[in-house]
Amino acid sequence: MRISCPHCGERDLREYTYLGSAKLLDRPDGDAGAEAFYDYVYIRENPSGENAELWQHSSGCSAWLHVVRNVSTHEILSVKLASEAKA
Amino acid sequence: MFYSAFEILKQGLTGNKGWKPVWRNPELKTEYDVIIIGGGGHGLATAHYLAKTYGITNVAVLERGYLGGGNIGRNTTIVRCDYGQPGNSEFYSHSMKLWEGLSQDLNYNVMHSQRGMLQLCHSDEQVGSYRKRANMINARGDEAQIIDRETIRKRAPYIDLDNARFPVRGGLWQKRGGTARHDAVAWGYARSADSRGVDLIQNCAVTGFDIVNGQVTGVQTTRGAIKAKKIGMAVAGRSSEVGAMAGLRLPIESHVLQAFVTEGIKPFIDYTISFGMGHFYINQSDKGGLVFGGDLDMYNSYAQRGNLPRVEQVAEASMAMIPAIGKVRQLRSWGGIMDMSMDGSPFIDKTHIDGLFFNGGWCYGGFKAAPASGAAFAHLIATGQHAEYASKFRLDRYKTGHMIDEAGTGASPKLH
Ligand SMILES: Cc1cc2nc3c(=O)[nH]c(=O)nc-3n(C[C@H](O)[C@H](O)[C@H](O)COP(=O)(O)OP(=O)(O)OC[C@H]3O[C@@H](n4cnc5c(N)ncnc54)[C@H](O)[C@@H]3O)c2cc1C
Ligand SMILES: [Zn+2]
Repeated sequence: MRISCPHCGERDLREYTYLGSAKLLDRPDGDAGAEAFYDYVYIRENPSGENAELWQHSSGCSAWLHVVRNVSTHEILSVKLASEAKA
Repeated sequence: MFYSAFEILKQGLTGNKGWKPVWRNPELKTEYDVIIIGGGGHGLATAHYLAKTYGITNVAVLERGYLGGGNIGRNTTIVRCDYGQPGNSEFYSHSMKLWEGLSQDLNYNVMHSQRGMLQLCHSDEQVGSYRKRANMINARGDEAQIIDRETIRKRAPYIDLDNARFPVRGGLWQKRGGTARHDAVAWGYARSADSRGVDLIQNCAVTGFDIVNGQVTGVQTTRGAIKAKKIGMAVAGRSSEVGAMAGLRLPIESHVLQAFVTEGIKPFIDYTISFGMGHFYINQSDKGGLVFGGDLDMYNSYAQRGNLPRVEQVAEASMAMIPAIGKVRQLRSWGGIMDMSMDGSPFIDKTHIDGLFFNGGWCYGGFKAAPASGAAFAHLIATGQHAEYASKFRLDRYKTGHMIDEAGTGASPKLH
């Protein structure tokens, strides 16, 4: 698997670190209540097709990336900076 | 047909013409008392215990592929009971007791081999933490001890005790740990369930649930609708996908774990051995192949194959632990889809839908769990009550603050 970093170009998987679902960008407001935080911290849609994810180019430019990937084929569908992806 | 030494002799003398297929290929009925989704270790074990312990035999196991084609046939077959957290501790201890009588219970040789398990420690701190683990194991009534370098040298002279980077300081030894033949576990449970009347239906994928007023009434499948008032899910890596068909939103991510096997060689590694730096574990199969694995690939995946960086890391760890391994050729590698939960522990519970039961979140430790998981899931489906040794695997435990986080790594599935 190779991911194209918007800053550095296409790089090997070894240069990246995976965090998890891109849903982590949408942290509920502090007063959203326990149910909303439970959902945020623990529940995952975990689809078998396209998954929106957070990766860091940790051995490169350190940028956090928003990556859409097909988790059944390992195909990378889109990559952008996480800072530009916040919903 | 009852398998015995006498039967082997009889068949041998009559040209081996009398062996029967191990299970039937039954007609699919339109209604059952219980449907189990998933013909892996846990689904098949559940069917066996439903029939044997609770006398519930009007049961179908629905499998989208072939029996045992999922993780049950892909794992590195390590069986141990060294968990410390309440919830896991009593459960895996119970599972070990079931393993110890499994071949007799099933009248099928699952080749459970208590060859001993050695976990290496590489620092004084690690020795300390394994000593604590040994105490926990002993306090519960199972057996473990810390052994020193000299004992390790005698038992496993091929280990590089003086590795410059990760010298070995000692090891945790569990004499009841070991392996079993993975396929035989699936086949043994399948044969037993089948012989008691359970219908094992292969190439039948569940595609939806029929739910009326909050009660499940049946499933939709690639082979049509099938009715049942009680349905148990045991689909491991596909838990989220199948759960979503019933509106379940689960605290699970699917990840890929790879495993490797070398060409067959003469007896070399007598035990199951794990490397304490990084994640690496190895044993030798009865065919002679060295079977080993490491960590997850560390990203979500439903592909039953992984990427090369993990292959490289596992190869490095194997060379650091057993340099002689470099002379053996690797034959194959493959992957399985792991249902990684948010605290690394499983679920055996009811759901918000009446009659629909959930079994999943086994992470990469569900092989050793199969007997107790099947027994507990059958108990829950048959009686509506949680089995005593599996009472803490609740779906709402993160909400109520009852995490069972063995590794202490928090709500990050890939780290468990
Ligand atoms: C490489 C690897 C190494 C491992 N090593 C160990 C180890 O050493 N020790 C240990 O204890 N555990 C180990 N495990 C973990 C263990 O194998 C699993 O936790 C366990 O097998 C999961 O339960 P199962 O056997 O029921 O899963 P599976 O065998 O995967 O069964 C689930 C079944 O559900 C079926 N299914 C899915 N969706 C549907 C549908 N819609 N309709 C019908 N059927 C469906 C699948 O086809 C599959 O056959 C390892 C796993 C892997 C992959
Ligand atoms: Zn970069």
